[in-house]
Amino acid sequence: MKPRGFIVAVLLWAMSMGCGRRNAESSRPQPKAFGAAVVEVSGGQQLAIVGAPLDQPLVIQVNDAQGAPVAGAAVWLQVNGDAIVTPAAGLTGPDGQFSVGVALGSVAGRYQVVTATRDKSAKVIELRTDQIALGYQQDLGRQLNQSYCSRCHDPESTAERVSNHDNLKAKAHAFTEGSFLNTLSDADLSSIIAHGGPALNKSAEMPPYGATLHKADIEALIAYIRAVSDPPYRSKGLVYAKN
Amino acid sequence: MDFKRKLASAWRFLFADSGRAFGTLAVILLLCLAVVPVKHVFRESARYQAGYLRLIRHHSDAAPLERRFQAGIQQTWIPELGVVDRCTTCHVATKETSLMDVSTQPYRPHPAVPHSLTEFGCVMCHRGQGPATTVEDAHRAAKAGEQAVLPARYFAAGCGQCHQDSPTGTPQLNLGRSLMARYGCVNCHTLKTPEGVAMKASDEPPPLTHIAEKTTQQWIYAWLKNPQAYSAAATMPDFQLSDAAARDISAYLMAQSTPYLPADAPQTASAKAADASNVRFTEVQDAASVYGEAFCASCHAVQNAAGLMVGGDIGPELTRVGSKVKPEWLAQWVRNPKRYFPQTAMPHYRLTEKQAGLLTGFLRAKTDSDFLAKVNLEPATQEQIANGKALVNERGCAACHAINGIQRPDNFAPELSAVGSKPLSKIVFVGTVPHTLPDYLAAKVRQPHSFGEKLKMPQYTFTPSQVDAVVTALLAQTERAQTLPVTLRVRAPHVSDYKPAGRAGRLMEDMQCFSCHAINGRGGVMAPDLTAEGSAVQRPWLVSFLKNPNTLRPALIRRMPKFNVTDAEAETLADYILTVYQTPAFDSESLDAANFSSEDRDRGRQLFYSKYACQSCHIVDPQNDKGYIGPTLTQVGARLTAAWIFHYLKNPQALRPGTIEPNQNIGDDDTRALTAFLMAQKKSPAREAAKK
Repeated sequence: MKPRGFIVAVLLWAMSMGCGRRNAESSRPQPKAFGAAVVEVSGGQQLAIVGAPLDQPLVIQVNDAQGAPVAGAAVWLQVNGDAIVTPAAGLTGPDGQFSVGVALGSVAGRYQVVTATRDKSAKVIELRTDQIALGYQQDLGRQLNQSYCSRCHDPESTAERVSNHDNLKAKAHAFTEGSFLNTLSDADLSSIIAHGGPALNKSAEMPPYGATLHKADIEALIAYIRAVSDPPYRSKGLVYAKN
Repeated sequence: MDFKRKLASAWRFLFADSGRAFGTLAVILLLCLAVVPVKHVFRESARYQAGYLRLIRHHSDAAPLERRFQAGIQQTWIPELGVVDRCTTCHVATKETSLMDVSTQPYRPHPAVPHSLTEFGCVMCHRGQGPATTVEDAHRAAKAGEQAVLPARYFAAGCGQCHQDSPTGTPQLNLGRSLMARYGCVNCHTLKTPEGVAMKASDEPPPLTHIAEKTTQQWIYAWLKNPQAYSAAATMPDFQLSDAAARDISAYLMAQSTPYLPADAPQTASAKAADASNVRFTEVQDAASVYGEAFCASCHAVQNAAGLMVGGDIGPELTRVGSKVKPEWLAQWVRNPKRYFPQTAMPHYRLTEKQAGLLTGFLRAKTDSDFLAKVNLEPATQEQIANGKALVNERGCAACHAINGIQRPDNFAPELSAVGSKPLSKIVFVGTVPHTLPDYLAAKVRQPHSFGEKLKMPQYTFTPSQVDAVVTALLAQTERAQTLPVTLRVRAPHVSDYKPAGRAGRLMEDMQCFSCHAINGRGGVMAPDLTAEGSAVQRPWLVSFLKNPNTLRPALIRRMPKFNVTDAEAETLADYILTVYQTPAFDSESLDAANFSSEDRDRGRQLFYSKYACQSCHIVDPQNDKGYIGPTLTQVGARLTAAWIFHYLKNPQALRPGTIEPNQNIGDDDTRALTAFLMAQKKSPAREAAKK
């Protein structure tokens, strides 16, 4: 009799654990309206060091089928790894917007914030935004980029820093330009930084930095380029020589 | 009864005779001793190590990974640093870069850092308890004197224990330290480096000894109530004073003020200021151009129509300056700021009377009627003044500002030299602040008053990342840092108190060259270092540049202003610079441009445009070249010496550390040809215009 009761108790406990998710879902606020799309207003693709809170909030907006903002729609957010979004759920404001703070996880790389809402037919609609966490190496690369590279490689001019991008015959690739930079291997990037454009049969307007930067600096720059690239860079992993 | 009988029979069964007793005891002893091997078999680290072996079993390079794996307790022991770290017992893969895609701890490889992992061990940067071999003991701080593992965002604090310099790779730590120097934290708190050198403030708060000459009690009151309402970028924090306290302090500051000009000083300045107070519409353009030509925006910011700040942050924001200063004071200040504040970073501009009048009027027009709209102060009473003095003492105003009749308080706030090792038992946590040292420091920096209304620490307006930076810099101030071997310490670059003497020295102090330029380790970073300038430039160019600085780097918005120096002054300065500020690396007269042949020049032109593509950053031919990152080189042959160009091309970083121009390893022949080509560029823009 007794062991059977014990087994029943264990089963009940296991089932209640299994239902945990549904319980969490039911704790979400009851929506007052339903939207048809989730769009990002601001705060995507921010850079910060690992584990740090982002300076700008992530602001998303729920729209209806006509593209008008929907107030009172329920949204909930999830993020991978040990990153945190606060608040993780809520109703959109009168302007249809919802603003959350994001603290990045402790491992360098991308953190994908998934914002979800339900439309009238209870279908889940999701919006994925990336935030980028920089480790020591990537952060060093970011500093070096600001000192040596961004003058030509960042086409955007600001009041404080005028871009030289448009003055070049061969336009320098922005470091976010993953469609091109992802096709270059680490070795290619390293040699074009160290030996200049001619190393890859490209323009001499890219000067050699091999005698100015250390090897570790160049590796840091490559790590930074890989971190900010859009679409994201996927390492090919170990490549073995073929016979 | 039954139970007693059973016990007795059991006793007989076990200990009936000496043979049985011996056997029984032996079994009990064996069981007791078995606890140790059992605990060993089920130890946490063995579980993690077994998990690692399961993880790598199907990995493509399982064989070498397994070969490098070592079972059992692993330990890094560095006696001279007092490091005994067993972290690698569970964190087995710290050196396995091929496992970079693994995201589960404790199996992640360590990301790339500048030091080898066995050089300093783990605890030096990560904190926690190195010798512990369970997760709980190693990561949490349970006993007195223990420290929890540091969250990832503060890791740069580990670097700051040895590094007093500003390594490129630790921007957060560097920012934190510069914020503490700029926002005056170190004026109240003593913060010593491990060498015992106290950190100095980088911002010089203005003296208040003559404040009544400069502004009104109404303005001081409004400023005290909320400095950021006057200037969003103000470094002075909000002391959250009550209306009465702000009234009394402003009354005292007005009462203690003394005149700064001698009684017999000519009053022409104030008369001119009155003239200039109403700038006629036709003169608005002229007035704005005086502001522009003096490059006031290099140091001072003004909010533009879009609400963005435009300009530097060395001097105060000027958006509402007309609501602040008295016209007579302003007129005197733009003529010669050193009369009011001899230590000011602002140069003596030697403006003409007309220019000074226009500038005064231009600045006076920058008013904000809202700022003082709600301030209604009755004339101050003696009681208010006395109370104000007490408040000034209590709030430590004199820790930053010079005030008549009040001594600068020593150690006004607790010393923070070892705050990064502050034991949790000595911290009073309030509210929902998590019980860790970083969380406590962050809460204190973010909102000091949450720890008590009576606390004297003022409210700063830091962004989240600035708070993190300050906390990182504070966490670097550990007790361990003070006990590390001296050989590990990386000192901050030496800040010299270099002071040029004589007539040239007086001129340089008067024009505040050091506010922007550094010479021999002293001075600002806005403009080029002039320590070796005498080797670089030619005398005629330098004299004319000092008299009328023209644009060298078109991409920069901060430029050298015109100081209206006389011919004699320009020549004195030029001679001094050319004689004294020479590099020991080479003789600036060693290369004569007259020896270059036309073949050299032609080859140099080819190299310039093709092999080295210098035109991507420099302009030689204004018609075709577009690059404007480096200085314009149209008349470089009249500006620089041949020897400087030659040695600069050989290694730019050696002559101008940190310059963006890379060392291209140019051979001697190519360098010579390039130098020949550049020395032939002597066109002056005026002559070219005349040709057209």
